Amino acid sequence: MNTKYIKHTLLAGMAALGLLAGTAQAADKDDTIKVGILHSLSGTMAISETTLKDTILMMIDEQNKKGGLLGKKLVPVVVDPASNWPLFAEKASELLEKDHVAVIFGCWTSVSRKSVLPVIEKDDGLLFYPVQYEGEESSRNVIYTGAAPNQQAIPAVDYLMKEVKVKRWVLEGTDYVYPRTTNKILEAYLKLKGVAPEDILINYTPFGFSDWQSEVSKIKQFGSAGKKSAVVSTINGDANVPFYKELGNQKISAEDIPVVAFSVGEEELSGVDTKPLLGHLAAWNYFESIKTPENTAFIKQWHDFIKNPKRTTNDPMEAHYIGFNLWVKAVQKAGTTNVDKVIDTLPGLETPNLTGGIAKLLPNHHITKPVYIGEIRDDGQFDVVWKTKGTVPGDAWSDYLPGSKDLEADWVTLKCGNYNTVTKKCAGQNF
Amino acid sequence: MKPCVGRIANAGRMAGSPVLKIMLLLLLSLSCFFNAHADAGAASDSDTVLPTDYPGLLAALPQADFSTRQQIVARLVELKPPHGRELLAAWLDNKLQSRQSDGKLFLVETQDDVLSLTDPLTLQAAGTGKSEDFEQVRNNNALRKTLKVAIAEYDLADPAPRVRIAAVKQMRRDLDEDTVAALRQHLIVEKDRGVQHQVEVALALGDLSDADAAKRLAAVKALEGETAPDVYNALLPLARDTSADPDTAVRTAALAAVQHIETWRGFYEALETLFFGLSLGSVLVLASIGLAITFGVMGVINMAHGELMMLGAYTAYVMQLLLPHNTGAAVLLAIPAAFAVSGLAGIAIERSVVRFLYGRPLETLLATFGVSLVLQQLVRSVFSPLNRSVASPSWMSGLWQINDLFSLTCNRVYILGFSLLVFALLRLVLNRTSLGLKVRAVAQNRGMAKAMGVRTERIDALTFGLGSGIAGVAGVALSQLTNVGPNLGQSYIIDTFMVVVFGGVGSLWGTLISGMGLGVVNKLLEPYAGAVMAKILVLLFLILFIQRKPRGLFPQKGRAAEGM
Repeated sequence: MNTKYIKHTLLAGMAALGLLAGTAQAADKDDTIKVGILHSLSGTMAISETTLKDTILMMIDEQNKKGGLLGKKLVPVVVDPASNWPLFAEKASELLEKDHVAVIFGCWTSVSRKSVLPVIEKDDGLLFYPVQYEGEESSRNVIYTGAAPNQQAIPAVDYLMKEVKVKRWVLEGTDYVYPRTTNKILEAYLKLKGVAPEDILINYTPFGFSDWQSEVSKIKQFGSAGKKSAVVSTINGDANVPFYKELGNQKISAEDIPVVAFSVGEEELSGVDTKPLLGHLAAWNYFESIKTPENTAFIKQWHDFIKNPKRTTNDPMEAHYIGFNLWVKAVQKAGTTNVDKVIDTLPGLETPNLTGGIAKLLPNHHITKPVYIGEIRDDGQFDVVWKTKGTVPGDAWSDYLPGSKDLEADWVTLKCGNYNTVTKKCAGQNF
Repeated sequence: MKPCVGRIANAGRMAGSPVLKIMLLLLLSLSCFFNAHADAGAASDSDTVLPTDYPGLLAALPQADFSTRQQIVARLVELKPPHGRELLAAWLDNKLQSRQSDGKLFLVETQDDVLSLTDPLTLQAAGTGKSEDFEQVRNNNALRKTLKVAIAEYDLADPAPRVRIAAVKQMRRDLDEDTVAALRQHLIVEKDRGVQHQVEVALALGDLSDADAAKRLAAVKALEGETAPDVYNALLPLARDTSADPDTAVRTAALAAVQHIETWRGFYEALETLFFGLSLGSVLVLASIGLAITFGVMGVINMAHGELMMLGAYTAYVMQLLLPHNTGAAVLLAIPAAFAVSGLAGIAIERSVVRFLYGRPLETLLATFGVSLVLQQLVRSVFSPLNRSVASPSWMSGLWQINDLFSLTCNRVYILGFSLLVFALLRLVLNRTSLGLKVRAVAQNRGMAKAMGVRTERIDALTFGLGSGIAGVAGVALSQLTNVGPNLGQSYIIDTFMVVVFGGVGSLWGTLISGMGLGVVNKLLEPYAGAVMAKILVLLFLILFIQRKPRGLFPQKGRAAEGM
C-alpha cells in the first residue's frame, strides 16, 4: 500500500516535471538564445571551474539587463560534467543536439577539451576555451581565449633570462600533457638561446604529490653550482602547497632560487598560508591587483554578483569576460547566432581586456594578450614586476618544436588549422 | 595616484549635491592629473632630489618606487641612524605601514584589524589605528636582499658572537665594495675568533675577483677546507671553466678545494637520502599503524581509514580556528582531540555498519567504501571543497643546520620522532594493559575468549576505535605536511594497505619495518628513476614479493593465522 502510494506520487511528479519542461521549451522557441555552460561543478576540478560557471552567469545576467542580444533574452543552460573527461563529450553533445545552444563556454583541463573536440566539430558547435594551455591545436569550432605557450611560458623565461640573469633552469612539472608539452617547448627554446643541456633539469611528479623532500633537495643541489638558477613550475593543483612548504622549510627563498609558476593564481592562493611563498613569481595575462577602471568595475560587479567581497578574480575569468564580449559583438555584427556565420565574423573583432589593453581575435582563433610577471605578496595577491610592451599575439603552433614550426593556423584566408608552409598543404588534422 | 583616489572619495562624501560632487570630482581629477605629472618628474631625477636626513628619507619612502627605495636603503646604511635597524627589520617583516591621511610611517603590530603603532624615530608607542587607514610599505625580491644585508651591517655591532656570525654570512651573499670595506673595518675591532674566521672567509671571497693573481691564489688557499655553499659556488667556475681565470696556479688550487668539498657533499647527500627515506617511512608507518590494528588484528578491510585520517586533519584545522594566536598549542591539543574525534567516528562506524558484516570481507569493503564517500561529502558540505591551510608553529618550520653541508627539516624530524612514539605507546597498550590482553585474546580465538567472560562485542568496538583514533592522530601529522582537503584520505589509502600487507597482516613490528623500508627504497630510487617511476617500481616489487610470500614479511604463526 505504502510503496504503491510512493510510486504514484513519483509518477505524478515526473509527469508534472515533464509538462513543465515541455511548456518551458515551447515558450523559448523564438525569443531566447541558449548559452551552454560546460564546467565541472563536482569532483576534483570543481574548485576552479565553478568560478567560471558563475562568471558566465554574471555576464549573461548583465547582457540581459542591457536588453539581451538581437532583442532576445539569453538563457544559460548549465550542465555538470563532474570532472569526468568522457562525460564532457557526452554533455557537449547533449548541449548541441538536445538543447541546440548557440555557443558553449567551457572546459578547463586540456584532456577535457580534447574529449569535447570531436563532438563540437561533428555537430558544428562553437566552444570558448578560457584556460592557458600547451598549444599545438587550432580547431575551426574553438576560440582559445586563454594563453598559448608564447603568451605565458616563453615571456616568463625571457624575463628570468634578461632581468634576473638566470643561467641554470629546473623545469618542474606534474606528469601529464600540459607540462610535458610546455617543457618540451621551453627546453627547445632554452637550447636555442644557448643554454647548455647540463644546465637544464627536467623533472616530473605524479598528481597530488606530497613528499617533496628529495625533489626540493635536488633543486637546491642543482641551484648551488655557481650560476643563478630558477625553477619554472608547471606543477598543477594540490601538489603546489606541499611543494612551496618544503621550499620554505629547506630555506630556499625567492631571492636565491625564484620559482615562476604557470598554474598558481589568486584563486589557488586563497586557501594557502602565503608566508613560504613570498616573492615567488607567477606569469599570467591578468592579475586582480592591476589597477584599471575596467578591472575595478569588474571586481565590484563580481563581488556584487557572488555576494562575497572576499572572493578573488583570476586570469581564466578575464578570458571568459573577453570571450563572452567577443561572441556578443560577433552575433551583433552577423545579426544571427548561426554558428557558421558567427565563426566567419569573429576573426578581427576587438574588445577591451581588463588591464587597459585590447584583445583582438586572430585568424588562428587565438587572441592578443599582454603578459605580466607578478611577485606573490603576503596577502595572496601579486605585485606586477614586469610586463610585455603591448600585447602578444597567440601562436597556435610553437615555433620551437621541430614538428610544428612549419605549421600555421588560419581560418580566414587559408581555411585550415594546420597549413604546412613548406609543403604548402593542409593536413586537415587540427590537433 | 592612490592618495588621489582617497582624496576624491573624501571630497565626494563631504559635498552634498550631486552637481557639486561632479564638479568637485572633475576639479580633483584634474589636480590629480597634474600631481601625477609632478610625481613622475620627481621620480625621474630622484637621484638628486633624495633628502639626506633620516626624517626626510622616511617621508620620501611611501611614495617611492622600488628602485628609489633601493637608494633610500643605501642612504640609510650610510647614515646608520639610531633605531634604523628596527625600521629595516619591520620593513622586511611587512610591519612597516604608512598612514594614508598624512603619509607618516609607523612600525605596526596587527591584532584583529587593530594596529598598535610605534614611531620609528623614537620607538615610542604612538597609539592605535584601524588597518584600512594604513597602507603597507611593500618590498620585492631585490629589495628584501638589500634589506637583509643592511640589517646585517647593523648586526655586526651586536654583542652576541652568534648574531655577528649570521650577519657576516648574510653579507657574504651580496659582496660589493661597500660591504667588503665594512667587513675590513670590522675585522680590526673583532675579538671573537669564530667571527674573525667568517670575516676572513668573506674577504677571501671578495679577493677572488681581484686583479692581482697572487692575491687571488692566496684567497683560494685561504678558502681551502671551507665547505659552505657560497664558497663552493664561488670556486666552482674557477675550477671547471678554463676561461674563468687566466692563472693556472689559481685554477689548480680551486680544483683541489672543490674536490675536497665534493667528497663531503657526496657523503652528506647519502645521509640526507637516508633521512628522507626514514621520514617518508615514518609518515607511512603513522598512516598505516591504525590500519594494522583494524585490518591486521581484527581482519576488517576498512576503506574509510583514509577518511578517518582526514577527520583528524580537519580537527587540527578547527583547533587552529579556536586558538588563532597560538598555533603551537593548537597543534599539540589537536593530537588528543583528533584521537577522540576519529576514535568516536570509528566506534560509530563499527557499531552501525561493520559489526553486521564480520566474516564477510567483500561486503565490509563495499560498505566501508560507501562510508568513506559519505564522510568526504560531509566534509565538503561543512568545510567547502577548497583545501584549508593549517599553519605550522614556528618551532616546527625551518631547518636544523648541523653543518654547512648537512641540515634536516624540523617538521620531518618531529614527525619521525612522533611516529616512533605512537608506535611505542601502541605496543605498550597492546602488551601491557588489560584492554590489550583482551584485544589479543579476541583476535586469536573469539570463541574461547567469550567463554572466558570477555565481552567480545565491546572489545571489537574498542579495538576499532583505537585503530581509528590513531588514524586521526596521523591526520594531525599530515596536516603539517600536505593539503587539508576532502581528498586527503584517498591519496594515502593505497599506500597504507600496501604497508600493512607487505609487513605481514597482524604484525605491528612488520608494519614498522615495512613502512620504513618502503620509504627508504622509494627515496633511494627517486634520484635515479624520478618520482613517478620510483613509485611504479616499488609497486611492481611489492606485487612480485606478495606472489612469493603471500603473508608478507612477518607472517602470523599458530592458530590465529589459520583462521585468516
